[in-house]
Amino acid sequence: MTSDRLTQMLAVFPSPAPVDLARTLDLAGFRWKAVASADEAAKCAPAEGWSGAIIMCDEDPEGGWSLCRSMRKRDVPVERILVLVNGSQLQDLDLRDELYDDFCLAPFHPRELEARLRHLFWFEIKGNRESLVEYSGLVLNVETYQASFGGHALDLTFMEYELLKFLAQNPGKVFSRETLLSRVWGYEYFGGARTVDVHIRRLRAKLGEEHANLIQTVRSVGYRFGQSKWSAGKN
Amino acid sequence: MHEHQRDYVLRTVEERGIRLVRLWFTDVLGNLKSFAISPAEMENALNDGMSFDGSSIDGFSRVQESDVLAIPDANTFEVLPWADAKGAEARVFCDIAKLDGTPFDGDPRQVLRRNLSAARDKGYSFYIAPDIEYFYFAPPDGTNKPVLLDQGGFFDLTSTDIASSLRKETIRTLETMSIPVEYSFHEDAPSQHEIDLRHTDALTMADSVMTFRFVVKEIAALHDVHATFMPKPLETIQGSGMHLHLSLFEGENNAFHSADDPYNLSPTAKGFMAGLLHHAAEITAVTNQTINSYKRLVPGFEAPVHISWARNNRSGLIRVPIPKRGSDSATRIEYRSPDPACNPYLAFSVILAAGMRGIEQGYELPAEADANLFEMNDAALEKMGIQQLPQSLSEALRVMENSSLVADALGDHIFEWFLRNKRAEWRSYKTHISEYELGRYLKSI
Repeated sequence: MTSDRLTQMLAVFPSPAPVDLARTLDLAGFRWKAVASADEAAKCAPAEGWSGAIIMCDEDPEGGWSLCRSMRKRDVPVERILVLVNGSQLQDLDLRDELYDDFCLAPFHPRELEARLRHLFWFEIKGNRESLVEYSGLVLNVETYQASFGGHALDLTFMEYELLKFLAQNPGKVFSRETLLSRVWGYEYFGGARTVDVHIRRLRAKLGEEHANLIQTVRSVGYRFGQSKWSAGKN
Repeated sequence: MHEHQRDYVLRTVEERGIRLVRLWFTDVLGNLKSFAISPAEMENALNDGMSFDGSSIDGFSRVQESDVLAIPDANTFEVLPWADAKGAEARVFCDIAKLDGTPFDGDPRQVLRRNLSAARDKGYSFYIAPDIEYFYFAPPDGTNKPVLLDQGGFFDLTSTDIASSLRKETIRTLETMSIPVEYSFHEDAPSQHEIDLRHTDALTMADSVMTFRFVVKEIAALHDVHATFMPKPLETIQGSGMHLHLSLFEGENNAFHSADDPYNLSPTAKGFMAGLLHHAAEITAVTNQTINSYKRLVPGFEAPVHISWARNNRSGLIRVPIPKRGSDSATRIEYRSPDPACNPYLAFSVILAAGMRGIEQGYELPAEADANLFEMNDAALEKMGIQQLPQSLSEALRVMENSSLVADALGDHIFEWFLRNKRAEWRSYKTHISEYELGRYLKSI
């Protein structure tokens, strides 16, 4: 398994997580668990530890800050803590610099929060990137440019490979056609934005009928590779 | 070239143990041409192109400059799905360039690129989905007579079984070669089949049509069956067409769609249709380039004869299919005259040029012709302003040679060569005495 966001597990306070926060994290492809207290955070921590925490201090500042404190006090302190405070709580940040790595104003703008999180985890995502991208039977070797599924070689064109790689490196995240076109193609192409659909259809065909739903169409938005927690929860 | 793209091709050649890379390109008549290079030469080919003598290729020859370059389009590089014991092979489509690297005027793929660039400068990408018909016959026995599989009598399976298993294998192969199939079915005529491809941009589709014809024939031959794209192989049975579903996209949006119009057609779509209808006769020699093509374009076989359009009239030249509600991207028009013996690069080029001319010059779309035109006499048709498509290759060439639109779309080199070559074909046909004539005249006159 690669470093990618797949292996991360973020603690989110409070529990249950507010709906807009949950949705933002899911759409951005982060894995997370809501925790109600420091005790619960300790109890249900993943084996490799929390990769970070998002702590909302706006409703329950006391609970929030004490959770920050306990996470920093562990044998292996939790790195990358982002706190959310509202406008009147900005002074709470004073003299607590050791308790958080970044903050965001609540109510937050989803894009801003996502951008801050991505920046916070940039080093981890970048630094640990390995040559293999794996996702439920799909293996992409980014050094040899070879792809296989269930142990069988997949014959892909260059753009099919690049698209699949980009999607598999960002599982669970929804991308618009325009985004995919600029991030994957990145140069002029006769097909325009429609070409994304053409390549998705080809990839689905090559993955085979039973796995075609690995790449899901998100109506009037774009495409998503793999499951998002959000939709899994609903099913 | 994109550096990763080159690495991708070179690493794949290495990792997959590719034994030969086939460089594919197309002559002016639409025949697939190929030469193979060893893996060791691939890096060179990607960097500098492979030079070869073009004078042996139909439509390439020019006395002064016979050497040309085949430059692989790395985007089209694919491992071929049929590996033999000696190892796998790959193929890549090539653009043909002059030795100085500029596009070669005789290369149909470059012609299509040029026309697509012109449309892209106006903000449009051109999308095509073809419905391709063809026949399966028993292998030729030297008489050139088409023998239906049903009459062959030497298959273990029934002919229906063998044909449908051939078609299934063909579709599987196409899908692994990045050519998704929308539908496929057995046509009304015995031994006739149809495979409908899912839409792509026109350049990819022209490549796909080339691959398609190759795959259909190859898989049939593996099973000792002959597949043919001849437009009209049997006199009494409908011929093989290649109906083209056409649309223009502006970014993600279908430029042909309008929610306000009763037919869901935008002014852009109507201009495009008007352009196609206005120039239909001029482009017919390109979309229907064989003598035999015109034996398909006759009344009574669901092939178009008149230059008209309608929503639900399969005798018209342009049909406007009604898309499923809510799927705006499926709004399209269906151009019904082309046949699968055409050169797809050139046919798509002239169709686009005709449609774009209609948009740019604001041509007015004539009224819909929803009556059965086959049942109307000439006077009635003339009153409606409906003309016929050219009735023969000769007539089509005469209209084409006066067309500045076709000359611009194809470029002078191909325009002139095509007319010369096709006139020669017509001359050699004209001297032929057919069985029809002998049967009709020999004894009675």
